[in-house]
Amino acid sequence: MPDYTPQELMVVCAAREIQDGEVVFVGMRLPLLAFALAKRTHAPNAIGLFENGLMRDTPSSELLYTMGDCPNILGAQWATRMLNVMGVLAQGRADLGFIGGAEIDRFGNLNTSRIGDWQHPAVKLPGSGGGADIASLARRLAVILAHDKRRFRERVDFITSAGYGEGGNWRQRVGLPRGGPSAVITTLGVLGFDPQTGEAFLRSYHPFTSAEEVQANTGWPLCLSPELSPTLPPTADELRIIRECDPQGFWTR
Amino acid sequence: MMRGQRRVFGEEIMPGSKLMTMSEAIERFVPDGASVALGLALEPLVPFAAGHELIRQRRHDLTLIGPISDLLFDQLIGAGCVRKVQAAWVGNVSEGLAHNYRRAAEQDIPHPIIIEEHSNFSMALSLLAAGLGVSYLPTKSLLGGDIARQNTTFRQGTDPWTGEPLLLIPAIRPDVTILHVQRSDVDGNAHAWGGLGVCEEAALAAQDIILVAEEIAPRETLLSDPNRILAPAFKVQAVVHEPGGAHPSPVQGYYNRDHPYFHMYHTQTRSVEGFQQWLTEWVMGVANRQEYLARLGTERWQALAVKEHHYAAPVDYGY
Repeated sequence: MPDYTPQELMVVCAAREIQDGEVVFVGMRLPLLAFALAKRTHAPNAIGLFENGLMRDTPSSELLYTMGDCPNILGAQWATRMLNVMGVLAQGRADLGFIGGAEIDRFGNLNTSRIGDWQHPAVKLPGSGGGADIASLARRLAVILAHDKRRFRERVDFITSAGYGEGGNWRQRVGLPRGGPSAVITTLGVLGFDPQTGEAFLRSYHPFTSAEEVQANTGWPLCLSPELSPTLPPTADELRIIRECDPQGFWTR
Repeated sequence: MMRGQRRVFGEEIMPGSKLMTMSEAIERFVPDGASVALGLALEPLVPFAAGHELIRQRRHDLTLIGPISDLLFDQLIGAGCVRKVQAAWVGNVSEGLAHNYRRAAEQDIPHPIIIEEHSNFSMALSLLAAGLGVSYLPTKSLLGGDIARQNTTFRQGTDPWTGEPLLLIPAIRPDVTILHVQRSDVDGNAHAWGGLGVCEEAALAAQDIILVAEEIAPRETLLSDPNRILAPAFKVQAVVHEPGGAHPSPVQGYYNRDHPYFHMYHTQTRSVEGFQQWLTEWVMGVANRQEYLARLGTERWQALAVKEHHYAAPVDYGY
């Protein structure tokens, strides 16, 4: 077994999606750590936006359980209204957004609302929060979720956060101004999307699994990248930083 | 006036009489059937004390309005106070799903609720539209997705200049907006700081405002920094001095988020019986916020206290 958890590798993969100098719409949970990790490694000039109305150019000094925790406000570059940060997103000034979800389909459409019948769902999930807005309006989107057949479905029951819809130029047709998912980071691997068809393909599988295992846990025949390879494992430095940020392993164990 | 009786919202009230207890504020200003916006700064400043008083006074048929709700909507739904939810997210931010919300939506327990799904942006636009006195505002968010279908109050539109599709988000005008703030004077001039979420929009959209403050300060203190005033005091009907009233959510400069409490609630309320026990212990079995904090215990409360103060530099309003 590797000396890191799948969640730690997911944080590392999420951090690698952040390029230096980018404006990042940080979501809940693992991306809170990914932003801190990216800032302390390859993306020292990244800027984080939080939908409660915060902007930061330094990671918070303590582990965050929520974006509204007191340590996230101290040292913020901007503490303002939600609409001001939503405006930054709506104008197309957010390079990358992170969201999570319960279910995803082959075109990267995400469900965080309801599983089963709309009227009397089998599972009522919490809902969009800002997820649907980030998926609609960020220039790129990274999705983070656990990988199993129940969650990776041919079609989701409810499109909370639109990916590439039915594929092709669907986003343009419905009037979405830009964006779409560029990465899905899971407990088993990392998926990318074909720019023409909008369909997901497997970019890398985590070192403790295989392409076959990823396929066995995916509810549709998964395309494979020609450059398919194992996910680059975390470096010692990356693991050290993650464990400094989350010493109890609240998010990563 | 009878408890819970319908009142005319937006009435003028006598000056100098706004300071009152939580019990009186809820009794006078939040009748059965009211639409109430609360939890507007997202995770911080959640007016739990006000929500618990709504439960104690057995309010019913409320419409809850808010972007996300970290526990409070779940508690009100489980207690049977709610008819309709207009929200982007109802759950437990550090733990996951909200069990009462699930039970109501999936099994009509304790009774059916109407859910109008929003995103955070659409909720903010709904409140802003009401605050600006227009019936809708347009956005390019949510186009093509199912929130735009599930929420039948939304309409598809076309940009008259570019011909591009737009989603039209109708105004939401809460009867009452309840805001927890750091400090206020007795007239409702209030300061709040931190990430403000949609506090300002919800205050402008509402007919009436109830302010719950950690501290009551002199008018001079509040007016010394008018840029930090949250809302027009003339819309504030009630000012409630309720230290600790946002626990377990955080209040910047006053106390931190009680993360273990969210875990405890998540674990305990998996079953209806567990929720009823929680309700008895933390809401029905205490008369007010002071008794709630006594139940929490001094040691636990002090552990949430501010460890190190960080004051902003003063600004000069002189001329």
